[in-house]
Amino acid sequence: MTAKITFATIEAGAGLKAALGKGRADIIGELSASGIKGRGGAGFPVGVKWNLCAAARGESKYVVCNADEGEPGTFKDRVILMEHADLVFEGMTIGGYATGAREGIVYLRGEYAYMRAHLEAVLAKRREKKLLGKNAAGKQGFEFDIRIQMGSGAYVCGEETALIESLEGHRGEPRNRPPFPVDTGYMGRPTVVNNVETLAWVACIMAKGAGWFKSVGTEKSTGLKLFSVSGDCKNPGVYEFPMGITISKLMQEVGGEGAKAVQVGGASGHCVPAADFGRTIAFEDISTGGSIIVFGKGRDMLAVARNFLDFFVEESCGQCTPCREGNHKLLEGVTMLAEGRCSMAYLKELMSLGETMQLASKCGLGQSSSNAFLSIVKNFKDEIMGRATQGSLTHRRQGADHG
Amino acid sequence: MLVTERERLRDDIQAMADRMGRKRDALIPILQEVQTKHQQISDYAMQVVADLLDIHPVEVYSVVSFYSFLDNKPKGRFVVRLCRTISCDMAGKEAVARQLMNDLGVCFGESTKDGKFTLDWANCIGMCDQGPALLVNEQVHTKVTPEGVHEILEACRKTFGVYAQEKKEERA
Repeated sequence: MTAKITFATIEAGAGLKAALGKGRADIIGELSASGIKGRGGAGFPVGVKWNLCAAARGESKYVVCNADEGEPGTFKDRVILMEHADLVFEGMTIGGYATGAREGIVYLRGEYAYMRAHLEAVLAKRREKKLLGKNAAGKQGFEFDIRIQMGSGAYVCGEETALIESLEGHRGEPRNRPPFPVDTGYMGRPTVVNNVETLAWVACIMAKGAGWFKSVGTEKSTGLKLFSVSGDCKNPGVYEFPMGITISKLMQEVGGEGAKAVQVGGASGHCVPAADFGRTIAFEDISTGGSIIVFGKGRDMLAVARNFLDFFVEESCGQCTPCREGNHKLLEGVTMLAEGRCSMAYLKELMSLGETMQLASKCGLGQSSSNAFLSIVKNFKDEIMGRATQGSLTHRRQGADHG
Repeated sequence: MLVTERERLRDDIQAMADRMGRKRDALIPILQEVQTKHQQISDYAMQVVADLLDIHPVEVYSVVSFYSFLDNKPKGRFVVRLCRTISCDMAGKEAVARQLMNDLGVCFGESTKDGKFTLDWANCIGMCDQGPALLVNEQVHTKVTPEGVHEILEACRKTFGVYAQEKKEERA
């Protein structure tokens, strides 16, 4: 499906060339006008972020590409980096020019180590063509280069402040915000952290203009978006759709008709039951970084909830209590449900705990870790309650537990 | 002069530090290389890194213990990491997991006695459209079947021991 992606139709270098012909304020103005929001999931307006970083004072500034794509069900960045890496580097270079940064860093997740040689080769070619380095892309006085640093298998490092901690050689524990990275980021310097897809879109917007980008999508969620579709559908893969697409339309396109539910936004997203398939995927309705996991008729939703909670128990950085302890408690609750020994009163306690985690956790991981559990309990009560003691889950786990 | 294992490790790490710098931000890249080369980051290695970067060894330990791709205990020459996250789970990772345990004779989190293989879980490795997926060191395998497990392991085995010898002879 990747052939359909707009990125393939953008002429190499067109975005960078157009951007370098403009003033810094004009680039940021164009991005603001396009209405593009961060494609990683949080949806922060790119123009605002770049403007803050450009306005911040600092001897050196940095542009960081967040390639720590760890959200369950997300793999669009993998495809972008393998097939359109030039566009991403172009976006970073534009970011360097617009914000005044001289160094770009790609934080590539450890699981994608096999991509590194390819990306280094692309960078080497760009240096050869003088698109990086001193007087980059023929712009006098503009210096910018990009290096790659590897992650080491920690989901939480996709959170921008944890990512910066990791870049600096520390445990990937999120920082308190504010101060935000645009003021105090990598090495305490102003830093822009953007998702892989966002940076590629930036290059496209520079090449084709804000109007082109804005012509699709909704008023609050402009443009096209890449979706990673997996699970019970005929054609899993990477798709490009305008923002604001309904879930039912998306299901038709990927061959997922008759699905019982769809997980939008990965483990930290929401489980949407078939009755709500008329809802749209957009920042103002159901927000996502692009992960779409389809659950067919026969799927056990409690097993799904358990899988997600297993994930968060493992990936919580352990820094704050609601996330560290809360996920353990929710997982325990899923086991009780599976064994048919969870009272309604206790289930309500668990739901209230889930809501507390949303409010009291320090970072985005903790705040969203109970989303899947809460939405599954809310929408599938009849399925998950009153189970027989010999639940299938308890048998399935035996002997296959992790060490 | 006899070069002990420790001296070799020390020289190795020193060379890495010379190449990557001795500032704190070089810590993780150095540890990653030690892990890849020596399949573990021993207590001694952590002490050497700490000395070179002029930080407390516990700082190094705190980083090693945080990241799942860095390990204080020895890992096998080949680390097999099967993705256990939802899409691979739904695509049938459980049968692959059982076959991996059967073929290697170890449970998840353990290494084979000959120190060649470590079996472990991975969280989402970004191959959700082609599950079940697993990593062997840096290499990714997709749409793995229980039957295919044997082939993957066999390809690893052919790089050492008597098989490697046979291959060498073939080439000669």
